[in-house]
Amino acid sequence: MIEKLTSLFKGFRDWVEGNGPRPENEGMPPEAPPPLPFTLKPPTAHSARFHELTIRERRRLWLESYGGDLFSSLYVGIGILACVLFVFVLLAAVAELPPFGDPGNPANNEVVQRYVERGGRETGAQNIVAGMILDYRAFDTFGESVVLFTAAVCVLMLLSTVADDSSSRTAPCRFVQNSGLTALKPVQNSGLTALKPVQNSGLTALKPVQRDDAILRGVASLSIPIILLLGCAVVVEGHLSPGGGFSGGAILSAGLILCANAYGFDRVHRVFSERTFVRSSSGALLAYAVMKGWSFFSGANHIESGIPTGKVGNILSGGLILPLNICVGLVVAGTLYSFYALFSEGEI
Amino acid sequence: MLGRLILNHYEAAAIILSGIGLATLLFHRNLIKKILGLNIMDSACFLFLAAKGYVARRAAPILLPASEGRWVAHAGAYVNPIPAGLVLTGIVVSVSVTAFALALTLRFYKHYGTLDIDAAFTRTRGTEPEEEASPDPATEKMRERLEQEGLL
Repeated sequence: MIEKLTSLFKGFRDWVEGNGPRPENEGMPPEAPPPLPFTLKPPTAHSARFHELTIRERRRLWLESYGGDLFSSLYVGIGILACVLFVFVLLAAVAELPPFGDPGNPANNEVVQRYVERGGRETGAQNIVAGMILDYRAFDTFGESVVLFTAAVCVLMLLSTVADDSSSRTAPCRFVQNSGLTALKPVQNSGLTALKPVQNSGLTALKPVQRDDAILRGVASLSIPIILLLGCAVVVEGHLSPGGGFSGGAILSAGLILCANAYGFDRVHRVFSERTFVRSSSGALLAYAVMKGWSFFSGANHIESGIPTGKVGNILSGGLILPLNICVGLVVAGTLYSFYALFSEGEI
Repeated sequence: MLGRLILNHYEAAAIILSGIGLATLLFHRNLIKKILGLNIMDSACFLFLAAKGYVARRAAPILLPASEGRWVAHAGAYVNPIPAGLVLTGIVVSVSVTAFALALTLRFYKHYGTLDIDAAFTRTRGTEPEEEASPDPATEKMRERLEQEGLL
């Protein structure tokens, strides 16, 4: 009975920890743990002098021998307990919340009333959310754009200098890539060769599809202009309709990614290289900072800044919201496309 | 309690999703699966926020035309716009964190040759020439101690 229970528990633990039978090319060959630096006899009662050890030493010896198992079983037990407790405490809290969709919820307070009733007049934006995030809370959105840009820069640093060998660490800076790709190739080859065995299993099946696929190219040639137009429309109409810089930028980057998949990265390189990415993103962030900085510096109430809010519902309305949306859209489109390009090719 | 939970089923689903995410984060040793768990928790958070902002039978917070040149600017006509802004912030941060974590994971894999976090810490590095195993002082001390006591 007890053996059955322990084997059941072991099976469950293997299932949780993913130790079960796995496919061959998962990339994690099972390997024996490294041998201990010396062989340690398990502390048994038969050992001649075991009974002379103090309690503390016995405990230390026992931990040396069985501590790993103890830790893993404790970890699983405490982890399950923590998850169940987490869910039940929060469910008990949810049960005390006011009913879903009730207009009398405490979340629908005077802040919402202020935004809805005076937002249109004060910001000139028909879309209240756009007026909120790009006018009242514009510095917050600026911080978001900076976070996204910083993440893109970090990924660029982590993935584009992939070479671990010292020969390419001294290679020239990658920003001098004016002369085209020929100067760049040797630098990156050394980095990507280290990557190849990693990627081979998954990507070899994918590679030929990227090159010349008539169906993909046909569909892409039809849909890429539509996708890019839709992205521009969503960015530009951010203050009138659902959308804005973030969603429109994501649509634009989706169009670029589709183009890169159908026609290859070299085609996208002509319009969007790393140089373009750095220039457009940092330029857009700078423009955002200057515009919104002026607006806040001049009192943030649109009286002395000299920026007209326009008539609600017109395309040229909302004061700074339209240019700010365009800035955000540029940053988001460049960042998301560069994430894709860096993860799949190691370069923008 | 169950009746209240059914009344608030969106929030309850969000809590259960975040529990699933937490379990994924805790019990998987594969780093990619840990990142997936983090993303599930993010989505649960967004679902909770969006559910808190919803008000039944009201329009999205985009001003509706009332008559020529006038707009319905009455708080009773629209759902809560604030959670939309919060979710937007959250999505952007979640995308950034995911991309950064995936890039770090890629470097980790190149360095250790495995995605398993436990295996990586018990394994010598594959990319560097193996150094002569220099015994650390604690191990050496314990070894001397054990030899004195006749256990080794």
